[in-house]
Amino acid sequence: MNAPVILDRRRVLMGGGALIVSFSLTAAFAQDQAAPVATPAPKPPGSLATTPYLDSWIRIDADGSITVFTGKAELGQGFKTAFQQIAAEELDAPFASLKVVTADTQLTANEGYTSGSHSMQDSGTAIQNVAAQVRGLLIAEAAKRLELPAENLRTEDGAVISPNGRRLSYGELVAADMLHVQAQANSRLKDPSTFKVMGQAVPRVDIPAKVTGGAAYVQDIRLPGMVHARIVRPPGYGAELIDCDTSTIEKMPGVVKVLRDGNFLAVVAGKEFLAVKAMNALAAAAKWKETARLPKQDDLANVLTKLPSQDSTIFERSNPAVVGRKTIEASYTRPYQSHGSIGPSCAVAQFTDGAMTVWTHTQGVYPDRQGIAQMLKMPPASVHLIHVEGSGCYGHNGADDAAADAALIAHAMPGVPVRVQWMREQEHAWEPYGPAMVTKLKASLDENGKIADWNFEVWSNTHSMRPGGAGCMLAAQHMAQPFAVPAAKPIPLPEGGGDRNAIPIYTFPNAHVVHHFIPEMPLRISAMRALGAYHNVFSIESFMDELAVAAGADPVEFRLRHLDDQRGREVIEKAALGFGWRKGQKAPSDRGFGFAFARYKNLAAYCAVASEVEVNRETGRPRLVRAVAAVDSGQVVNPDGLINQIEGAIVQSMSWTLYESVTFDDTRITSIDWQTYPILRFDAVPDSIDVQIINRPGQPFLGSGETGQGPAAASIANAIADATGKRLRNLPLTRKRIKDAIDA
Amino acid sequence: MMTLMINGLTHQLDADPDTPLLYVLRNDLKLNAAKFGCGLGQCGSCTVIVDGKAVLSCVTPLLLLEGKQVTTLEGLGTISEPAPIQRAFMEEQAAQCGYCIAGMMMRAQALLQKNSKPTDEEIRTELEQNLCRCGTHMRILRAVRRAARLMDTAELSPGNQGSVP
Repeated sequence: MNAPVILDRRRVLMGGGALIVSFSLTAAFAQDQAAPVATPAPKPPGSLATTPYLDSWIRIDADGSITVFTGKAELGQGFKTAFQQIAAEELDAPFASLKVVTADTQLTANEGYTSGSHSMQDSGTAIQNVAAQVRGLLIAEAAKRLELPAENLRTEDGAVISPNGRRLSYGELVAADMLHVQAQANSRLKDPSTFKVMGQAVPRVDIPAKVTGGAAYVQDIRLPGMVHARIVRPPGYGAELIDCDTSTIEKMPGVVKVLRDGNFLAVVAGKEFLAVKAMNALAAAAKWKETARLPKQDDLANVLTKLPSQDSTIFERSNPAVVGRKTIEASYTRPYQSHGSIGPSCAVAQFTDGAMTVWTHTQGVYPDRQGIAQMLKMPPASVHLIHVEGSGCYGHNGADDAAADAALIAHAMPGVPVRVQWMREQEHAWEPYGPAMVTKLKASLDENGKIADWNFEVWSNTHSMRPGGAGCMLAAQHMAQPFAVPAAKPIPLPEGGGDRNAIPIYTFPNAHVVHHFIPEMPLRISAMRALGAYHNVFSIESFMDELAVAAGADPVEFRLRHLDDQRGREVIEKAALGFGWRKGQKAPSDRGFGFAFARYKNLAAYCAVASEVEVNRETGRPRLVRAVAAVDSGQVVNPDGLINQIEGAIVQSMSWTLYESVTFDDTRITSIDWQTYPILRFDAVPDSIDVQIINRPGQPFLGSGETGQGPAAASIANAIADATGKRLRNLPLTRKRIKDAIDA
Repeated sequence: MMTLMINGLTHQLDADPDTPLLYVLRNDLKLNAAKFGCGLGQCGSCTVIVDGKAVLSCVTPLLLLEGKQVTTLEGLGTISEPAPIQRAFMEEQAAQCGYCIAGMMMRAQALLQKNSKPTDEEIRTELEQNLCRCGTHMRILRAVRRAARLMDTAELSPGNQGSVP
């Protein structure tokens, strides 16, 4: 199927000659990784470039039912509904006649990871173009059957209609291989002004089941004869199991199996709570040798900047004619932070007749399959991964590890479906965290209050240690014959990892941006929503305010002074207007106003956030009172879905920014539940969040899932600085740090 | 053998009395709504209603439940006939991943059953025990306020209560 084909489409295209279509099929790439090098030949857009056959994306049955296939995983972003809207729109088919099938290694395209705010741009774009081309093929087929020119036909409600009202349904028209053709580079997309389904706030297809107790999550899978497994993880990184008497545990009621493979220790029981009890007994029986290898938590900035790094200048601009008069500098830090999924990771696996099936909430069924196949020394074709929703992940949490755990145990119990459920403390202690980061900034203002030169340095680990290889999965690392953790690699620009959004979107006459990539990873880390953009935008946008103060300028006006990007300017202006931002305006007593802006990755959605924060001067407690955001994510598919993403980004980023840091001593992670890793609760929820959309009809979809994280953080930090007169540069901006700053 | 009243039906259960209710709901009765979130009573995703009160099923052993009425989200309504609280969450699109939502709804339901017109402050205080990580809080608050209005209206038309005592 991957070979170029010569396709005679005269059967379906009226008057068309033989059409030769061929595309190179590069391997699908992980979205946290670099985009593939552009090939010179015109290629169809989005993920069609790597999966060009129309029937890989859309299938129509004789009864008219339509199935849309995406290689992306629904993580609670709501894109399943958005994809259904896109396909319904471009096909001219009733929304309800469609269903969307998500990531499955036997059914869908390999679209790598569901990450980097790429789903709309990769998969949504592919589906839009495929739907338009399928509609074209169906019209052509109808034209042939009716012996009418295609341009005389129109489509409506899943059928092609002739001028005299004759109706041929898509089900009638579609023939065996009609859609098994490669996509053309260009599609005749609808005029956005005619959209009926796209652009509408269609209710999410998954919500009714989720609010009535329907089976919606991998945790809800119950297979006949399924057993329950629990893992006993080492107490810390690198701990070795030196002794474990499993005999008493094996005799516990309901226990089916105790599995030990090197440092991998698990127990299986017929009933779930018996598995939990057995896990506790097994944990008590296990003797580990621990190593003190964790860095000093209260000296992270020093630890990170002193580790060996690979340094590269990623941006340089020079205009010696412009010289600064007044220079300021500052350093900002971010701790390790947890994804903190509300549901600990879970997976179900079954090994039958030499084939492994794994139901998992991984973000990447194909790369995860590769890792599991390698771990079990099985051919990837014998491993089948099916994505089923889990609790929201916000990046690489324990999902892939739980999948590997389940597969390893199921491999030892042929025929038996095995469900692995991580415990709360396992998710908190073993998930790969969002990496700690350090930034150092220095800039000068000229005599007109404009930035003359800008220096930005960022120190960071990579932001993706996702599987591909088995060495990224805990089970494979802990086996008696372990797989080594692969060497970390920086994620290349333009998307970047630690340097994501490190290059300013503003235009400065002199600028110098350096990425210090740190290969050594003191804590287990990987991708967390927005990657390095969260801290880089926090740093840049905090520093922009510091510079605005130094220049005696209004923060909004100061940003506009340095921004050429027209869409960016409009987003800033809209947020400022919606907030009621006025130059020189003072916030009420003990309150502050803050503003921040970014374009995610400098190539995805634009987002500006204005906020009002109240600070209790006695306790230091900050509270976000209200926020107004403006967002431009190109053509909007589902405005309510987009608003939901931005609202969520602001609230989640507020939690990261005000409360969160992973804690540890020299051997163990000590933030292992919601008491030791507190996050936002309802008492801190703002009075209002207003998200305003700038729609761009006909423009490409720009991913929006991560665009709010950085601006929300900096906006809140700037509001705290406005309220207290003190600038806080070390995340999280806890009440203690605020109180200390006020008292200093 | 334990006897439990769940969603108005009596169940004979083969489970140890120290088993937390959550495992019985999810595994023995195959009810999906109550979720395992922490097993420590810290996050609220396992919340159900016992005799009118919101209870954390992950830390409530069966032995404490004999003779009591347990209500789960499934006991309130269905997709085709949703209870007011379920309608409200659908109408407000108050979910992202939705994992915490069943617990949120049960705590809100318990509040609305005893206080049909809670203030915003009362809703926030009540929900403080439940965690949401997606940041859907604004919508959850709107949905609870909408549910209060819907339940108010429902009370005027008997037979549409959508709540189990």
